[in-house]
Amino acid sequence: MNVNQHTPMASPYGQPQPGYGQPGFAPVDGGYPAPYAPYNGPASAYQPGPPPQGPARGPPTSGAPSAPQQYSQYSHSQGDMQNGPPPMTQAPPRPAASQPYNQGAVNLSGPQPSYPQHYGPQPSMQQVTNQMTGMQITSGPPTPAGPGYGTFGWIYISVSQPPVNTAYSAAPPHSYTQAPPPASSAPTQPPAPSPPPPSQQPFNSSLPPTSQQQFTSHAPPLPSSQQTFPPSSYSGPAPTPSHAPAPPVSQPQQSFPPTQPPFSSAPPPNSHPAFVSGPPPPAQGSFQPRAPPPSSQPGSFPPHGPMPPQQQPPPSQLPPYHSGAPPPRVQMPPTSMAQNNHLPPGPQGPPGPPGSMQQPPPQPGIQGGYPPQQNGAFGQVRGPQPGYAGPYPGQPNYGAPAPAPAPAPAAQKRLDPDSIPSPIQVIEDDKAKSTEPFATGVRGQAPPLVTTNFQVKDQGNASPRFVRCTAYNMPCTADMAKQSQVPLAAVIKPLATLPPDETPPYLVDHGEGGPIRCNRCKAYMCPYMQFIEGGRRFQCGFCSCVTEVPPHYFQHLDHTGKRVDCYDRPELSLGSYEFLATVDYCKNNKIPQPPAYIFLIDVSYNAVKSGMVNIVCQELKTLLDYLPRENPEMDSVVRVGFVTYNKVLHFYNVKSSLAQPQMLVVSDVSDMFVPLLDGFLVNVNESRLVIESLLDQIPEMFAETRETETVFGPVIQAGLEALKAADCSGKLFVFHTSLPIAEAPGKLKNREDKKLIGTDKEKSLFQSQVGFYNTLAKECVAQGCCVDLFLFPNQYVDVATLGVVPVSTGGSVYKYTYFQALSDKERFLNDLRRDVQKLVGFDAVMRVRTSTGIRATDFFGSFFMSNTTDVELAGLDCDKAVTVEFKHDDKLSEETGALMQCAVLYTSCSGQRRLRVHNMAVNCCSQLADLYRNCETDTIINFFSKYAFRGLLNNPTKAVRDTLINQCAQILACYRKNCASPSSAGQLILPECMKLLPVYLNCVLKSDVLMPGADVSLDDRAYLRQLIGCMDVPESHVFFYPRLLPLFESGSLPVAVRDSEERLSKGGVYLLETGLHLFLWVGASAQQELLLNIFGTPSFSQIDPSLTSLPVLDNPFSQRMREIIESFRAQRSRYMKLMVVKQEDKSELIFRHFLVEDKSASGGASYVDFLCHMHKEIRQLLS
Amino acid sequence: MTSYQEFIQQNEDRDGVRFSWNLWPSSRLEATRLVVPVSCLFTPLKERPDLPPVQYEPVLCSRANCKAVLNPLCQVDFRAKIWACNFCFQRNPFPPSYAGISDVNQPAELMPQFSTIEYIVQRGPTAPLIFLYVVDTCLEEEDLQALKESLQMSLSLLPPNALVGLITFGRMVQVHELSCEGIAKSYVFRGTKDLSSKQIQEMLGLIKPAASVQQGRPPAPQDPAATCRFLQPVHRVDMNLTDLLGELQRDPWPVPQGKRPLRSTGVALTVAVGLLEGTFPNTGARVMLFIGGPPTQGPGMVVGDELKTPIRSWHDIQKDNARHLKKATKYYEAMANRSSVNGHCIDIYACALDQTGLLEMKCLSNITGGHIVMGDSFNTSLFKQTFQRVFSKDYNGDFRMAFGGVLEVKTSREVKVCGTIGPCVSLNSKGSCVSENEMGIGGTSQWKVCGLNPSTTLGIYFEVVNQHNAPIPQGGRGAIQFVTQYQHSNMQRRIRVSTIARNWADAQSQIQHIESSFDQEAAAVLMARLGVFRAESEEGPDVLRWLDRQLIRLCQKFGQFNKDDPTSFKLSESLSLYPQFMFHLRRSPFLQVFNNSPDESSYYRHHFVRQDLTQSLIMIQPILYSYSFHGPPEPVLLDSSSILPDRILLMDSFFQLVIYHGETIAQWRKAGYQEMAEYENFKQLLLAPLDDAQEILQTRFPMPRYVDTEHGGSQARFLLSKVNPSQTHNNLYAWGQETGAPILTDDVSLQVFMDHLKKLAVSSST
Repeated sequence: MNVNQHTPMASPYGQPQPGYGQPGFAPVDGGYPAPYAPYNGPASAYQPGPPPQGPARGPPTSGAPSAPQQYSQYSHSQGDMQNGPPPMTQAPPRPAASQPYNQGAVNLSGPQPSYPQHYGPQPSMQQVTNQMTGMQITSGPPTPAGPGYGTFGWIYISVSQPPVNTAYSAAPPHSYTQAPPPASSAPTQPPAPSPPPPSQQPFNSSLPPTSQQQFTSHAPPLPSSQQTFPPSSYSGPAPTPSHAPAPPVSQPQQSFPPTQPPFSSAPPPNSHPAFVSGPPPPAQGSFQPRAPPPSSQPGSFPPHGPMPPQQQPPPSQLPPYHSGAPPPRVQMPPTSMAQNNHLPPGPQGPPGPPGSMQQPPPQPGIQGGYPPQQNGAFGQVRGPQPGYAGPYPGQPNYGAPAPAPAPAPAAQKRLDPDSIPSPIQVIEDDKAKSTEPFATGVRGQAPPLVTTNFQVKDQGNASPRFVRCTAYNMPCTADMAKQSQVPLAAVIKPLATLPPDETPPYLVDHGEGGPIRCNRCKAYMCPYMQFIEGGRRFQCGFCSCVTEVPPHYFQHLDHTGKRVDCYDRPELSLGSYEFLATVDYCKNNKIPQPPAYIFLIDVSYNAVKSGMVNIVCQELKTLLDYLPRENPEMDSVVRVGFVTYNKVLHFYNVKSSLAQPQMLVVSDVSDMFVPLLDGFLVNVNESRLVIESLLDQIPEMFAETRETETVFGPVIQAGLEALKAADCSGKLFVFHTSLPIAEAPGKLKNREDKKLIGTDKEKSLFQSQVGFYNTLAKECVAQGCCVDLFLFPNQYVDVATLGVVPVSTGGSVYKYTYFQALSDKERFLNDLRRDVQKLVGFDAVMRVRTSTGIRATDFFGSFFMSNTTDVELAGLDCDKAVTVEFKHDDKLSEETGALMQCAVLYTSCSGQRRLRVHNMAVNCCSQLADLYRNCETDTIINFFSKYAFRGLLNNPTKAVRDTLINQCAQILACYRKNCASPSSAGQLILPECMKLLPVYLNCVLKSDVLMPGADVSLDDRAYLRQLIGCMDVPESHVFFYPRLLPLFESGSLPVAVRDSEERLSKGGVYLLETGLHLFLWVGASAQQELLLNIFGTPSFSQIDPSLTSLPVLDNPFSQRMREIIESFRAQRSRYMKLMVVKQEDKSELIFRHFLVEDKSASGGASYVDFLCHMHKEIRQLLS
Repeated sequence: MTSYQEFIQQNEDRDGVRFSWNLWPSSRLEATRLVVPVSCLFTPLKERPDLPPVQYEPVLCSRANCKAVLNPLCQVDFRAKIWACNFCFQRNPFPPSYAGISDVNQPAELMPQFSTIEYIVQRGPTAPLIFLYVVDTCLEEEDLQALKESLQMSLSLLPPNALVGLITFGRMVQVHELSCEGIAKSYVFRGTKDLSSKQIQEMLGLIKPAASVQQGRPPAPQDPAATCRFLQPVHRVDMNLTDLLGELQRDPWPVPQGKRPLRSTGVALTVAVGLLEGTFPNTGARVMLFIGGPPTQGPGMVVGDELKTPIRSWHDIQKDNARHLKKATKYYEAMANRSSVNGHCIDIYACALDQTGLLEMKCLSNITGGHIVMGDSFNTSLFKQTFQRVFSKDYNGDFRMAFGGVLEVKTSREVKVCGTIGPCVSLNSKGSCVSENEMGIGGTSQWKVCGLNPSTTLGIYFEVVNQHNAPIPQGGRGAIQFVTQYQHSNMQRRIRVSTIARNWADAQSQIQHIESSFDQEAAAVLMARLGVFRAESEEGPDVLRWLDRQLIRLCQKFGQFNKDDPTSFKLSESLSLYPQFMFHLRRSPFLQVFNNSPDESSYYRHHFVRQDLTQSLIMIQPILYSYSFHGPPEPVLLDSSSILPDRILLMDSFFQLVIYHGETIAQWRKAGYQEMAEYENFKQLLLAPLDDAQEILQTRFPMPRYVDTEHGGSQARFLLSKVNPSQTHNNLYAWGQETGAPILTDDVSLQVFMDHLKKLAVSSST
């Protein structure tokens, strides 16, 4: 059972679900298998829903098309989301009527649509939706059926707060709803006639154009009404339309149902029942709902509407949601909405046409490949249609959903994926918006997203590269904070590497007295200090205490009260800078020794056999010339030492005066000590010959070893003792292969027990097996001994326990499961090189000071804390981030805002003691709406994931998941209740800046850590859990929502597509990046020319799936591809091995695992399903 | 009949035995009244160039608890091919190989001149000799260099097939692997942790941990020689080891001001013992420990590393102020016992100006029969030559060393053995010939002597158990048989058997005979050994008092005097020197600790209890030769009166060799007369003692401290402290002579001592 066995993998899948059946994948890579194995057969997972689709897909390559359609829809939906409003608009046109329908959804903008699916899925849903649609459309008319259900209509208001709009894009969202309605909706809608398939409509809502489609779709149901809807919700249009078409064919409702089914179809029905009931109609409706909050409400409600009878009630509900935001948006939004819409439109645009096409019954035809969709029956929906390749092809989808349904009529209506908020859309919007350098001078200004390339100008606050906050408008009071449940946290990466065009923090020397600090709170001099009394004193911005300015630091003030030298002094004008620390800041009041690096290499049988030993030794010979140094001109002062070990340790004396290195064996592992002092830690240049001789001989010496047992605890102890003996801090590089079962302290036993997963005891698997390592970690921290662990396991090694020391000392764990010299060498070496070369601070202490009113209460990351305030890091490198949570302990004022100062005292790699200071000021607000206007979802997710992953240590996984969902629901419910304009309860309304919260949260919930597939080994989970702990926002973002790039032309970097199978075109080639993995997915019918350009072979079947790098071919496309891959790698702290995944190949299962918007093989909900669920949660909270 | 002198000499030459009494009193009561017990000094491996070993095995008495070896004293019935054991009277048939035996065809062991005979045993595998160097690296550079050279030199002295090993220690203990190519490899042990033998072997990879052994396959039988990478034949690792020794560095750990270097002698020895224990049990092996200071950490630590705390002195010990003494002693004793069980002996070569902890470690050598050498520095000829002499060879070209000896004593039924004093350890073999009365190491009839050389001499004490009322038939003889099994340095197993017999005498009627059979030299040494043995565990004054009382009792028993008239006291010739020996013994460093460090005392005692009679006597009463123009060199009294201006004196006290130039001679020498051709005779005179000293130096082991001094020289104290202070500042004027040199001491002189002795001996109250 173990672990990683490939073979096992198979079984896992095989099991129940069709999808899983495919065992193959797991095996794929040595390394991966285990982890990913879980995946089902690729699509299969989805298929459930798909079945219907399946057929669709299969048959027509179109299958793909259909898929795409759906996707496109989604994408649209995203657009829609934004558009959501549009629906609203639509709604507006026909308030009541529209509501029932998707329109409602429309309002929601994209997101909503999707939800329904899960929940609503059930037949009834569909019907409902249909009805809804109908309802909406005409309001009463066709919908009737839906009536009762209507309630479900979900309205996602992507635009959280219309008001926000004012500031930024925020507005846009709103605009969506609003905007959409006006323009597009109307027009398109007309076509709606097709509406019958109203359900689809919702989706369409997103894009005006689509909306049209929607209309059509909707139309079917409610000819006229629909029309209105669709238009209203931009997206709405699209989706519905598609459906519409279908509907026409079948019955509107039916069509819908089918659509839904695909998603949650079968399963959902039951599971979601709750939703269903409501949802069914709502589902669609709901999605759409968004669109026209106000109007939409009606419209969106339409879903509710669908339940005409019930509708009424629903409507009411809806209103509530919308209430806050919706209304405003509707109107306001228009413009903004428009924007949003626009975006979507873009995509939609394309789809639009098809959509529109589709909408009309013709849709099928329209879609071309897609057609099926509409038919619903076809189910093609999912199938990635070649045509869709385009990012936003979506629209068709709407219909698509329906199509699927066809087969499974039961299936309720699906949400149009395009109508729900699209991460890609948001990312692209932000990119488009962020053209100017980001100046940090304005307090409370949220920086561009992490996915955006931007330049930073430090004008008094720390660059977002150093500090990112969850909220840039902090609530003034604890009550507000509690009510909103928005986490107040900052992700701090103190030693982050800046791009070359930005200046690294200046080094300030305040002389012998050391840095100037506040007398009371000890905050360091910073721009927030107010100089008074002509400059003789300064008042602390954090604690308000007044402190004398030392004579040597005195300076006059100018007429504005600023010091004259303000701009000459980094500490008075910048957000980030460094102080030179004095001896008072050193351990034992002694200037620290330069740090040392010790390499500890496992030379047991496995290590030698896998080639690891040889590779490490070879590499070190050159790598040692690149030890970190601050001045590139100088030699590094870092000393090095070498140890090899199996179940005993071998130290090496590499003193420069020796002709040959000497090996000192220490077998007394129960009581580790360092056998030599002089000659163990040496300067590389002085001892070069001896070191090279040693590195040459190590592989030879152990070539014939038959020792398989290893120790681990004593290895770290040895390094620690060596550093102690040399009285310096430093870093240990441990290269380890197996579970340390040899008799020694820290001995472990194999405790991997799959049976514990899912039980209350599961948490124990994440805890350290023995207390030994915790104690050891503490000692390491005290000495400033940072441990980096490179693992090369062939079976369970208990990462949870082995990782304790690295994690507590600010080190890293690298894991190369089933390491094979040939295929993994490059990844390992790149990681090693980077790890050895990167700048790192030692023996660091970080302290976060805040202004009165809030307090840093909790910290997440790789470090150790012996008290509640000081974060102790034996080592802190440029890739490590610490997430800090703040809590109120008093009131904040809007006037002064909230200040925080993060000071890190560390020893640089040249042995200099320094203080790095990052200052950050954010606004405070007394209105919840302001809070919701200025949040950063990526950072929130970073916080949530760390919070949850740490929670795993003490709570059952399920509880952790539930907590996450709850908090998320509360955040959104609070918004809905307090900020959104009144609207039907059936509407899902999301704050603009958090509209991706559900999709991202779903990704967190679906991660291997929180929801392991059958083949995910315990080690992998523990590894990931620890890995996330110190990730910064850019990495956690891509980790949870991988970047999926279509590679078609050689031009500029293509726009990413959403992580869903439906977005994949069989004829395309895609690159997927997670920060840890890099996949190149090749469609089965990729053009020969494309393949020739990339692989040098025109034949799909001749592509070698074991490639780890692309062949160097002399054509622009190949070159471009390689550049892209290189640039991706350069952006991440760990090297990503390239995996070529051929469509339909076994390895595709692994790949599919990263299509996070889809349902996962391990049971993770699809985006749409989850959105529905989230909506339900919110509704429950509100009622 | 030859004189007893000749008889004694003859016996010593033939059997290596010197008995205190050569006629034995026939009852227990009488024996105890003789004061000096029936005892002997036995030199098991006394060199007998004239005695070729026989190539067969001894014939043993078939009685299970006897097993005495067939010897010339046995009655043999050549016709019946039967012999009667002279110890248990068991009648034994000869083995088949003796079928041809007859009156005229006797095996050697039946011939009287072969009362001592050596057999070569062909049984069992032969194991090579093992030399394990355990080297302290906390030395001054110069010392270490000298030591390294000595060690390298020693490699050339070893037989090529001998196994060598190297352990170095300072703060850590390193066991060097000798068989490796390329990188020099060593196993390191922490200097502060006591380890069991099993742990050590596991850590050295010599055995698999128990756990893994259990897991199935039985541990494959291993050839220790092949698997032990730490002990390799000299011929194979000669170069390697020479280089390794050459590269030895001083212990690299910094020694802070005011601290002693951390020296893990205890652990180093444990590792050495553990290593041999696991790989070569019951094989001849020599652990050679070289130390330049006291153990300062870990088990066996003798003194802390704080320089401000001086190492224990006798004063501290007497006041029970020596913190580590008991613990360390216990530790080393335990180790010595372990080592002796396996037949490995441990040498200690301690060279330092201060003490090195010999007091605590002495048992290592005392119990295992190893050497102790004490010097000031490894860079002295004293150490270098002594060390070289360890590897000296005999007339056959074999090392003068033997290993794993087991000495068994068998006695005829009137006598029982009480114990031995010497470099041995009891094997706890109870038997009918073991007395309940213990003297020395008793309670057994077998002792193990792990390291032997031709001069190793044991004092063996007996008890006559025959009851007074069970007279022994006239002409009866008591017999004792010494059976020594050992591994010869040429790796043969050998057994040497000495069977001796002495006549019984009725102490009441034949007291004169007994008195004349008294060997006062042997008796002095044997009594001295008893005294030294007691001194190890008793307070000094108590021992002296005991010795005095014994002496007085002896004088009372054998002196001729009128009651209460000291002047009438007279001792016969056979006892005449005995009181003088006792006088010097009382003053000797063996019993006096004043002016000696505990280490020195241990060192002196160590040698005293293992040297043969001649050397022991020198130790008790140094020999003084006088050189003058008046005649050939002559031995003179060890008396201050012998210190004359125109004499050159040569004193040999075993540990020191002092050449003392009288005042006039010294002035002449200073004036350089010896350089002038016309004073050639003066030059000759100066050279004469040097030549004689050289002769002594050539043969003595360990090398004595060689002192060349003159009247008024600071080193003259070596001489002045030894001579009988017949002239002191107290009585100088009373004597009013210009002869001799006054000694500034309050010690009593021999004359005073004798006066008191006489007084006490004749006193009726004692």
